[in-house]
Amino acid sequence: MSIFLDRDTRVLVQGITGRMARFHTKDMLEYGTNVVGGVVPGKGGETVEGVPVFDTVKEAVAVTGANASLVFVPPPFAADSIMEAADAGIGYCVCITDGIPAQDMIAVKRYMMRYSREKRMILTGPNCAGTISPGKALVGIMPGHIYLPGHVGIVGRSGTLGYEAAAQLKNLGIGVSTSVGIGGDPINGSSFKDILQHFEDDGDTHAIAVIGEIGGPQEAEAAQYIREHITKPVVAYVAGMTAPKGRTMGHAGAIISAFGESASEKVEILTAAGVTVAANPTVMGETIASVL
Amino acid sequence: MDIHEYQAKDVLAKFGVQIAPGALAYSPEQAAYRARELGGDKWVVKAQVHAGGRGKAGGVKICETENEIQTACENMFGKKLITHQTGSEGKGIYRVYVEAAVAIDREIYLGFVLDRSSQRVMVVASHEGGMEIEEISEERPDSIVRSTVDPAVGLLDFQSREIAFALGLEPNMIQQMVRTLKSCYRAFTDLDATMVEINPLVITSDKRILALDAKMTFDDNALFRHPQISELRDKSQEDPRESRAADRGLSYVGLEGNIGCIVNGAGLAMATMDTIKLAGGEPANFLDIGGGATPERVAKAFRLVMSDQNVQAVLVNIFAGINRCDWVAMGVVQALKEVAVEVPVVIRLAGTNVEEGQRILAQSGLPIIRANTLMEAAERVVVAWQNDLKQNTNIRIAQ
Repeated sequence: MSIFLDRDTRVLVQGITGRMARFHTKDMLEYGTNVVGGVVPGKGGETVEGVPVFDTVKEAVAVTGANASLVFVPPPFAADSIMEAADAGIGYCVCITDGIPAQDMIAVKRYMMRYSREKRMILTGPNCAGTISPGKALVGIMPGHIYLPGHVGIVGRSGTLGYEAAAQLKNLGIGVSTSVGIGGDPINGSSFKDILQHFEDDGDTHAIAVIGEIGGPQEAEAAQYIREHITKPVVAYVAGMTAPKGRTMGHAGAIISAFGESASEKVEILTAAGVTVAANPTVMGETIASVL
Repeated sequence: MDIHEYQAKDVLAKFGVQIAPGALAYSPEQAAYRARELGGDKWVVKAQVHAGGRGKAGGVKICETENEIQTACENMFGKKLITHQTGSEGKGIYRVYVEAAVAIDREIYLGFVLDRSSQRVMVVASHEGGMEIEEISEERPDSIVRSTVDPAVGLLDFQSREIAFALGLEPNMIQQMVRTLKSCYRAFTDLDATMVEINPLVITSDKRILALDAKMTFDDNALFRHPQISELRDKSQEDPRESRAADRGLSYVGLEGNIGCIVNGAGLAMATMDTIKLAGGEPANFLDIGGGATPERVAKAFRLVMSDQNVQAVLVNIFAGINRCDWVAMGVVQALKEVAVEVPVVIRLAGTNVEEGQRILAQSGLPIIRANTLMEAAERVVVAWQNDLKQNTNIRIAQ
């Protein structure tokens, strides 16, 4: 098992005709991901890397039976594309797009409330690197070769820092069940807390790595959730020990603006919840190995 | 993006928030003239800088004559105002706002923020206006009223009334407060703000509700649909290196150390800074060159990092997913041929097309120090920096 993605997941790429989307569609196909279609309004009938393109998500779902989608649509239109996927019955959606207005994301989150919890699409991102279940499927932009199949679940806000963790694990011969990017934006589709329960329920995941950073309440919320609901060992790293207060560090959401949002405070909160915290980014792999 | 108080007041007034009569001046003479135009016998002269805490720092003066206005302005124009929010550098004063003084009955704190927990807009208010919200939440936490807004219907009348009553307003002031709250909410959502703060919002002795100060921050990601807001940007209030970076699509934050950083991804950039510190160095900057970084962009990043006089070594750490190591390597080679980099450069590449990237670096003939892991890269850059310092000191001694 794994979470969100396996060999049978049928994936659509929204915005597939863009340059980066083409590049990564090819990459995903080579990895073995079952990419069944693309969606670009007005480009229905074309093909990209042998994959058929449709005008609407509904049409693509009807023809291909797609159940997951990857959004590569430019920021002004990305929120609309996410809602289109939710309405077409997509079960799992990853949004890569960086730069979506926060209020558009507020609208997305409100829109998705119209579906009952069981029917509600799970969204991860935006502004993330995607999700990978190594050896099964890759939906995103990460380099697949740095992930070994295995039993560690990774959830993180930063894409490249997630790669760093996966590469350290690979060097130690440790594999990953699924790695989920939740993205660096202040308003995101899923929080750490939302993802943790999926890993708890997944028989193939033996330990969970949480990779956080400065800004926002989600690491502290995760700490409380871990204390109350998670039985598997959890390891964490929080980036930004040297980050100054009140400055946005690249990610729109990486800004210390309130109590409990600095790296050291988050480390303290996570440690108090029984999480094993990696002292620095170069020992993420070793720290995970120590709890297995 | 931040804007000035006078701009925020202008924006909010268009949405129906009441403000005191005021006008902008670019010189002491103009300020005195503005006061005469406004009439009355008492004015407040306020330095326009992008920072809170102006009052305590001497950026707000109450004046009763034109002479006083002139003197107050002469002490402001061209000076740096240092408040607890500006850092030791301070922010330059190039504009002042002259406002007719009003008789105040009571002061209220009013803020609108993006609440990341509920993922909605939240109204934060307190009857302890005038103090900063951090102080209020420490000293008078019970006075804070919070209310989150359902985006499907917006801020409702009953919600606004609840806030107004919770602030202890008299019944005859409730309607005016409801209008003020709804106007602010509309300005917030219509213009994609991420913060609106009115502190204080005052009730005057003649029973009007006025925004006496106003601060607005806008979502950079939404500026594309608000050109009239983009025009309010004042680069004189920004760190010039950060503005230059932003104009080139790079995300840069200047710090105090000596080791320049060029990294892809915000999380990895922060982790790289943390590792440099761990290895015994101090990072000179945060720099995320973003996904899909082209050789041109990497070259720009080098120019930007090297424009900081304090940089004595550079660490490039790229873990390629959306961008590829061979592009990055070409960028580094191109940059090092164009930009005179006379300090040690350590490069760590990993991810997509890493072998090709390493080959390009090796064949370039440039004096690049390569590293395979993050720890190795941090250690090597700190050692290279220390050796370089020693060598330079030796050269100076020999001379």
